[in-house]
Amino acid sequence: MSYVADVGALARKDLLLELRAKETLPSMLLFVVAALAIFHFALPRGAGDTAALGLLWSALIFTALLGLTRAFVAEREQSMFDALVLAPCDRSAIWLAKALAVLAFLAAAEVVALPAFAAFFSGIGGRTIAAVALADVGIAAVGTLFGAMAVAGRARELLLPLLFLPMAIPIVVGGVGGYLWFLVLYDAIFVILAWATFEYVVAEI
Amino acid sequence: MSGSPPSEWQYVAGAYTVVFVTVLLWIAIVAAKLQRLQRQLAELVEKARVRDG
Amino acid sequence: MTPRLKLPVLAACSTGLLGLALALVFFYAPTDADQGFSQRIFYFHVPIALTSYACFGWGAWKALRYLRTRDERADTESYVAIHQGVMFGALTLVTGSIWAKASWGVWWSWSENQLVLFLVLFLFYCAYFMLRFSVEPGSARANMSAVYALFGVVLIPVSFLAIRLSQKFIHPVVFNSHGPQMAGSQFLTFCVALAAVLALFATLYQVELAGKRIDAHLRELRELLT
Repeated sequence: MSYVADVGALARKDLLLELRAKETLPSMLLFVVAALAIFHFALPRGAGDTAALGLLWSALIFTALLGLTRAFVAEREQSMFDALVLAPCDRSAIWLAKALAVLAFLAAAEVVALPAFAAFFSGIGGRTIAAVALADVGIAAVGTLFGAMAVAGRARELLLPLLFLPMAIPIVVGGVGGYLWFLVLYDAIFVILAWATFEYVVAEI
Repeated sequence: MSGSPPSEWQYVAGAYTVVFVTVLLWIAIVAAKLQRLQRQLAELVEKARVRDG
Repeated sequence: MTPRLKLPVLAACSTGLLGLALALVFFYAPTDADQGFSQRIFYFHVPIALTSYACFGWGAWKALRYLRTRDERADTESYVAIHQGVMFGALTLVTGSIWAKASWGVWWSWSENQLVLFLVLFLFYCAYFMLRFSVEPGSARANMSAVYALFGVVLIPVSFLAIRLSQKFIHPVVFNSHGPQMAGSQFLTFCVALAAVLALFATLYQVELAGKRIDAHLRELRELLT
């Protein structure tokens, strides 16, 4: 039970920090709407619904990157990593808490992005919403782990997109194609892998 | 040389040449590294000699 | 076989196999009925691709060993294997591109699943090096590299599946890539070429490892002497 309590405490910390600072989420919201607007101009006339859907997913991935880049910055700047790692909790709890917080941010951003997309382009089906939800899990899981890696190095903001985008390709395929079973598979595989390997990533930062 | 589009055998030759050249390049890099290692080793042997001698 | 013999034997084997493979490709294998002479690129293109997978798999295995044993040598071995994998991967992309141009007149085809997969993997493993360059050498870097290598090897089948799925909404599949079953002589040539490229990898791998080990020893020696 204490594992769950740890996760809850850490996740609440992240969410409260954001509620006070109000930096990450507003940026993500603004970014996703701006990106969708740009994509509208990037689409040639007569492009089908699938093309527009592809651009929605692109916008979501890049918005997620924006959020992820911010996810560990607070810890890094205040050297909280050492404190967290010394805390008497399972290190994977740190990952889980952070991933849940990221998930919350993504969901909040999509609450705005999806209606915006529906307004700018065409309607959203239930399948797309389900795909987005499933994709969020994968993005949060993988992005949180890679975010921790990226923050440990010198080139932080530059490194995270490089690490994350190849992993995001299957997510985009699953999303645009509506292959929900594939997204579930992706999530299952990488959530387990991330959960198992996170302790090595923060072992000695 | 044939001016118009390369014939098939030229593509094949091109592909194999690329592989060959890549391996050669790799060998060259390793050779350079070996030279550097040799030089460093010689320096260290000198240092050891000075120390003992 | 003592370690000292291993490398020369390996080098001799790969030289022999490569020579044999080249001879078979150009003098023994028949010209393919469907794809003509340019099909011969395939005899090295596919073994190079398979060897690349082997490199990434080997690198992931060594990465796992590192996480278990914390032995710095495992980290070096993982790094060298992945480094080789990227080299062979780049060669896969180049030879595949030349083959595409020879067969279909275009330098790239999104319908070729293997090529697209290699593009994704190439991007992924290049980022591996960016990661390594970005972190100071030490156990933190080794840990992260190892975890990343594990993600990479898991990504291979996931990406392959994704790319196959994507073909349904990207492009109608226009080109017929590998044609019908290979004839016996073609298969033999292919197997020899595969063995040759794998032997080449093994040789390059051992050479690079030896170089890195010597580097590490020299560094240690320098510290002891100064």
